[in-house]
Amino acid sequence: MNKKIKFAQGNEVCAEAALYAGLDFFAGYPITPSTEIAEHLSIMLPRKGGKFIQMEDEISSMCAIIGASLTGHKVMTATSGPGFSLKQEALGYAIMAEIPCVVVNVQRGGPSTGIPTHGSQGDINQARWGVHGDHSIIALTASNHQDVFLMTVEAFNLAETYRTPVILLLDEGVAHLRERFIVPEKGEIPLLTRLKTSVKEGVDYHPYLPREDGRLPMSDFGGTHRYNVTGLYHDMWGFPTTKPTIVHRLIHHLVHKIEHNVDRIARFKEYYMEDAECILISYGFSARAALHLVKNRRARGERLGLLELQTLWPFPSHVVREKCVDARYVVVVEMNMGQVLQSVKLSVEQPEKVFLANRIDGVAITPTNIKNILQVIRGKGV
Amino acid sequence: MKKCRIVFSGSGGQGVITAAIILAEAAVLYENLNAVQSQDYGAAARGGSSRADVIISDSEIIYPKVIEPNVLVCLTQEAYNKFYPIIRPGGLLITDTRFVKIQRKADAHQVELPMYRTVMDDIGKPIVFNICMLGALIALTELVRPESIMKVLEIRIPSGFLKMNRKALNLGIGLGKQFAG
Repeated sequence: MNKKIKFAQGNEVCAEAALYAGLDFFAGYPITPSTEIAEHLSIMLPRKGGKFIQMEDEISSMCAIIGASLTGHKVMTATSGPGFSLKQEALGYAIMAEIPCVVVNVQRGGPSTGIPTHGSQGDINQARWGVHGDHSIIALTASNHQDVFLMTVEAFNLAETYRTPVILLLDEGVAHLRERFIVPEKGEIPLLTRLKTSVKEGVDYHPYLPREDGRLPMSDFGGTHRYNVTGLYHDMWGFPTTKPTIVHRLIHHLVHKIEHNVDRIARFKEYYMEDAECILISYGFSARAALHLVKNRRARGERLGLLELQTLWPFPSHVVREKCVDARYVVVVEMNMGQVLQSVKLSVEQPEKVFLANRIDGVAITPTNIKNILQVIRGKGV
Repeated sequence: MKKCRIVFSGSGGQGVITAAIILAEAAVLYENLNAVQSQDYGAAARGGSSRADVIISDSEIIYPKVIEPNVLVCLTQEAYNKFYPIIRPGGLLITDTRFVKIQRKADAHQVELPMYRTVMDDIGKPIVFNICMLGALIALTELVRPESIMKVLEIRIPSGFLKMNRKALNLGIGLGKQFAG
């Protein structure tokens, strides 16, 4: 038996990948369908010298990882829709205070407690806009276990690089699926850690004074330097301010540090795109149904292609625009009422050629569902 | 090998999901095959209906759910009534004589096996009913070798229970072989 080949649930793969990325603090509150992430880490994290803590709820879990991250740890929490809603306030705090952290949301049907044991992709826009106030966010997703591993590690790398929360938007279909994956060798996926300040003890350290490249070197809270952290607009010392120039500059910084790097953050995969006249755009579990269909129809000579998005936020508009230029139809395949559809329509030159192929009844979308909708779009009936 | 799509169905507590995981894990770890396993479940674990899907193949598996199974296992009447119509024409339908009364003729190879009765007569513990079922399944389909199932069990269950599981697996293989070929 090759020890690198494993057979596991998507949630376990996510937990393993977090450990690979250097996770050493996890706080969470169990909720279906994300529970196995916490369960796996409750066993594995202490063995690796890290800390696992089950908090009293989702809000405190989010706050706990924020505190731990400030003290220099790589941190994560995991939840599902109802818990993700509760985390929004603290998530905004982490955005404002620029605290690296990874928040996994294994999506289930919503709103409210919705349909706990069935899948959905209904939280895409919540990930972007759930927090009040102007801000930006990074959100990644994946459709198979090899990519769940990679995207989890990427989530940590991006959080540490941009000093921001990164949302990992898995869905029940992938999270509860068991499949084969190969554990990458140590060093196979590069690991990034936050920039640390070189300011010595006794010398003034400005925690919120960006370098020329926009990055903020950190100092482990409680360590060498004393500084303030707040959810209020703050100056370079971290102290609250209402000074218009500082408020203006900070909001620009928070948005642009991510939006100006959309090229660097965009992760996607392409299948049969070269001559595709009909392009499917999908992600997560839905992308598997879409790819199955594309491969089947290609074998019959139909010019179908698939653009699988792995970065959902910041939305890779330039990629979508370029790839879809020559397509006759663009069909967004997702398990919601058209959340990525909106972003795609905003990205392409001819929004009238963009259609939705979806399923929203808690049942996983099938290749046949998509095929039938394509037939309708082409005016050929079912 | 051709892609084999299997649906295990029964009620919560019978171990159909566990059996599905063991089979798929054996295929991946000890047969160098590809396999996926997924499940459909409600809020109630014990007594509610449960279904697990497995696909085994020597090539890549993209869409992981089973729509038309080549092999359908039904361990309760409710499961049989619900899933009987989805079997692929010419497929294999395995039911347990104690729990399921076959009502219709299907375009399938229907195999009714006294798995539960055999386990209770020879072992006396219903907990290994699912392993006996797996034994019958692999005897009928030759999807994986019995040793591969045992290797998974050696990792997954306490050593004190291995003997009982091995016996259940062999009982199932014996039952399946009567109908194989």
